[in-house]
Amino acid sequence: MTMLKIQGLSAGYGAADVLHSVDFTVEQGTIVALLGANGAGKTTILRALSGLVPARGTIHFRGKDVSRCNAAQRVALGLAHIPQGRGTFGDFTVEENLAAGAFTVTDRRQIAQDMERWYAAFPRLAERRRQQAGSLSGGEQQMLALARALMSRPKLLMCDEPSLGLAPAITQEIFEIFKTLNREHDMTLLIVEQNADLTLQFADTAYVLESGSFTVSGAAAELLGNEAVQQSYLGV
Amino acid sequence: MVLFFQLVVDGLASGAIYASLALALVLIFRATRIVNFGQGEMATFSAYCAWQLCEWGVPMMLSFLVAGVLAFLLGIGVFRLVIRPVSTAPVEAVVVATLGLFVVFQALSLWLWGSDQRAFPSMFPNVGWDIRGVRLTASAAGMIAVLICLAALTGVVFRFTRLGLAMRASAYDGEKSLLVGIPVERMLMLGWGFAAAIGFVAALLVGPRLFLSPTMMMPILLYALASATLGGWDSPLGAMIGGLIVGVAESLGATFLPFIGADLRVVIPILVTLVVLLVRPVGLFGTRTVVKL
Repeated sequence: MTMLKIQGLSAGYGAADVLHSVDFTVEQGTIVALLGANGAGKTTILRALSGLVPARGTIHFRGKDVSRCNAAQRVALGLAHIPQGRGTFGDFTVEENLAAGAFTVTDRRQIAQDMERWYAAFPRLAERRRQQAGSLSGGEQQMLALARALMSRPKLLMCDEPSLGLAPAITQEIFEIFKTLNREHDMTLLIVEQNADLTLQFADTAYVLESGSFTVSGAAAELLGNEAVQQSYLGV
Repeated sequence: MVLFFQLVVDGLASGAIYASLALALVLIFRATRIVNFGQGEMATFSAYCAWQLCEWGVPMMLSFLVAGVLAFLLGIGVFRLVIRPVSTAPVEAVVVATLGLFVVFQALSLWLWGSDQRAFPSMFPNVGWDIRGVRLTASAAGMIAVLICLAALTGVVFRFTRLGLAMRASAYDGEKSLLVGIPVERMLMLGWGFAAAIGFVAALLVGPRLFLSPTMMMPILLYALASATLGGWDSPLGAMIGGLIVGVAESLGATFLPFIGADLRVVIPILVTLVVLLVRPVGLFGTRTVVKL
């Protein structure tokens, strides 16, 4: 089944478009990577998908056209977006962050169960449940952002630059968690990254974005070490 | 000493009024980064609605309840019709818009009810107790009790309910809140509604002490602005404590500082605020700089 089908997506800020009629699909149960240099438009794709920036073109999510849905409705439909810089509420405790993540869930018992489940998966969050999110380390905040996104029971998890500001070992750990979610919970992931080599090891499919259009796409394994991918980063 | 305690009690009672209006101002500021200069006049307008209902023979408490609901709806309407359209405009435009609310609601009260002062009914019985020479009226005790109820209610809603969490999240960061599925605009709208209802409670406390008139809340707004600045614009608790401090300082200063007296008492809250801000620019309970550059 196709999780996400994007056709002719254009978006931008003010007068100039950052994205020029982009097409791509994300199949259920896969990990898809969006790669590209700084300013290529990767973040804008995610922001357009979650309804934070106005966009033209069609977005089909699990067979339904969500182009007209607002950001809150898209979350309720199962689209979760972890923005760059984690997007946690720094003033809130860890537990309040998780509760906020479950805003679209109305079943209290389910919220409590999910909370315990993700505390069990991330014991470091459980130890700090009464602590302010702003006081956590970068890696812990990324885990909190992830757990918070999972509280909404998403079908598709989009993550913007998860490696940003993290030590390589922590980044590796986060990607291992993505892989586990994908394998054991059949989670579909769309990951935006600048760290192409690492991401391609974990992803199934990858798209390379350059100045708002895709230049290269294909199976991640084949793109690993591909010269065209490296060129798009160097801008040659 | 008896005089001192008497002045403190009186100051706390007026402080409860400033604190209620300051709470309304701070709730709106936290959520939308807007200082609503029209808050007091909107409250006066709602108080007139309550008075009118009483005049028509509706029982007092029912009138207050209905007018409170109207005040809530008025806050929502003002947000949708005035504030939302200018929300992306530069801050100067927003300031002019809320000053516009001030002018419009004052003019509306004047036009509908005239400039004559009206006697406003009190929620509290006209009794009092003598405690070792200090006179505590039911009205003063009631005002402080109302403030404590407001404080407890906002505290419980914000700390322990899903709605409160969503409202706090929306105030903290709109975009992050959208990403967890919180309908941010609806939360801001509710925030304006709650603030208008709290402002109305402040007007209910003022009404019986002065007379009801279209300009009744003007000095109160000034004190409330000072209270919010004193307590810190991002702290509801701070604004309420700020209000009490301003009330007590005003009451003590007007009596014990002979060169100030009754005429200059309005200067006292401004002076107290100035001194606090010189020492602590974010206010007593402000946690971070609220100016976003």
